[in-house]
Amino acid sequence: MSVIALARSKRRFTYWRVLRALYRLLLLLLVAAGSIIFIMPFAWMVSTSFKSSDEVLRFPPVWIPQTLHFENYTIPWHRLPFPTYYKNTLIVVIFNLIGTVLSSSIVAYGFARLRFRGRSWLFLLVLSTMMLPSQVTLVPTYYLFAKLGWVNSLRPLIIPVYFGSAFNIFLLRQFFMTISTELDDAAKIDGCGFFSIYWRIILPLARPALGVIAIFQFTYDWNDFFNALIYLNSPKNFTIALGLRTLQSTMLYTPMQHIMAMTLVAILPVLLVFVIAQRYFIQGIVITGIKG
Amino acid sequence: MASPFWVRQNVSVAGASTAAQAIGAARKRPRALSMRAREEIAGYLCIMPWLIGFLIFTAGAMLFSLGLVFFKTDLLTGFKWVGLGNIRKMATDPLFHKSLGVTSYYSFATVPLSLAIGLLIALGLNQNLFAQGLWRTLYYLPSVTSGIAVAMLWMWIFHPDVGLLNQALRLIGIQGPRWLYSEQWAIPAFIIMGTWGAGGNMLLYLAGLQSIPTHLYEAARIDGAGSIRCFFSITLPMLSPTIFFNLVMGIIGSFQVFTQALVMTQGGPNNATLTIMLYLYRKGFEQFQFGYASAIAWALFCIILLLTLLVFRSSALWVYYEGEVRK
Repeated sequence: MSVIALARSKRRFTYWRVLRALYRLLLLLLVAAGSIIFIMPFAWMVSTSFKSSDEVLRFPPVWIPQTLHFENYTIPWHRLPFPTYYKNTLIVVIFNLIGTVLSSSIVAYGFARLRFRGRSWLFLLVLSTMMLPSQVTLVPTYYLFAKLGWVNSLRPLIIPVYFGSAFNIFLLRQFFMTISTELDDAAKIDGCGFFSIYWRIILPLARPALGVIAIFQFTYDWNDFFNALIYLNSPKNFTIALGLRTLQSTMLYTPMQHIMAMTLVAILPVLLVFVIAQRYFIQGIVITGIKG
Repeated sequence: MASPFWVRQNVSVAGASTAAQAIGAARKRPRALSMRAREEIAGYLCIMPWLIGFLIFTAGAMLFSLGLVFFKTDLLTGFKWVGLGNIRKMATDPLFHKSLGVTSYYSFATVPLSLAIGLLIALGLNQNLFAQGLWRTLYYLPSVTSGIAVAMLWMWIFHPDVGLLNQALRLIGIQGPRWLYSEQWAIPAFIIMGTWGAGGNMLLYLAGLQSIPTHLYEAARIDGAGSIRCFFSITLPMLSPTIFFNLVMGIIGSFQVFTQALVMTQGGPNNATLTIMLYLYRKGFEQFQFGYASAIAWALFCIILLLTLLVFRSSALWVYYEGEVRK
């Protein structure tokens, strides 16, 4: 009796495993197929960056160049002071990562967890700052920064971040509100104040969300061309995004393959950071309901 | 709206803490602030950084542009008071009406599409897959690659004759439309491009999925809930704050769609891709009518604000906050 039962359950077990393996394989194929659409621009950039000037202009485009033209990387690299651009961008990015994680999280904690008069109206005000196109506030903002003597320094790109950005505040508020209040209550009974609840409970639990805002901020600052263009004048202050744009400017004729090569070099750090960071904030635990 | 909400809270909190107050009343009452008042002060202290930053950097600039609505000005040679002139002009400006239609069409298609696709990808990538980190990076790539490379690639993809999309369509026997050169298909092409940038949404969903406590699933399993039931009763509700975020940000972002229209189609053909932002840009930075440009910007602001308020109003019905402080 027990042997039969065992055999039966064993057989069922094998079916189950085959089914599961099939499901995994199907999912993997689906994900791989979908990813092709998503990596196309990147693949195209890589391919273009190695082409000869003749191949770049061919239409419809060729994907694999006949010979790899590595000089597409070395020539433009020496035309402009890229190491300086990297240094400036790094300064902005590092300061802003610290700034945004600290300031946005404390503001978000206030909006998500603490009750005070006018909270919902003030929160709407936070959101409304994102609804007015920046083009129309550009002139007065520039005037303000000029009066403060910040123009042509990295300060306009860094200091405002220390007062929290609306996007990150909203994002963190949403995450903080999903954390159960039971822990807060327990901490309160143990004599924790509001600040230690924020520091010891909310921040550690919201690590995935903090990782996301760090990645978003990093990507944004690294690619931010608009603010850099407006506030930085002298080339010694230029960031990567602005350096790339200089390369594309009409005064300094640069062929397409050089632009693509430098764009790749420019975004490589962002990719690296993403690859490393995503390990930390998104572990491979399967917790969705669709698990087999 | 705020005040009755506040009053109700106050009463219930006071009621709940009467017992505790009665016990400690004799000794503590004269000096210590109540828990409630301390929470209030802590709340204002927490949002202080943002409030100060808003007052210094943002409020002035916003008010200035609001003021411009009532002037005719190029910001250099002078300001001429026109009262409600710019608004009246807007009401009868056919190009402005056209841009409203174009932008709404784009938004109402792109926002739901990228919400759904981002969620689908995130659910797929949240499974135990071979080389999981790699897939996540690949799907996030479009969010990192920006600017000229992307625009040029899409112009090739949408090329009517040799473009990748139409070549693929020809394989299955469909004669593709002229996409960016067709009045009817230019905006759908933009919608495809917009949806393709769903990698940012995906990243947020992934983080949201990670934040769902596993014990909820364990409990549900013990109660005999299946996979589908778990998805609809745990995953979706716990993810609803993230969906809400992506929805609101999607509305705010898509109504300000600009770069594609400027770089790829210059608003054409026949103004089929004249978005509000492109129209604003032309009025302000090409024709130097900053008063009128501000009026357009504030009209856009009102539209986005109204939609956001609607979404917020509806959120009570479909957004679930595990840790909502509202009791």
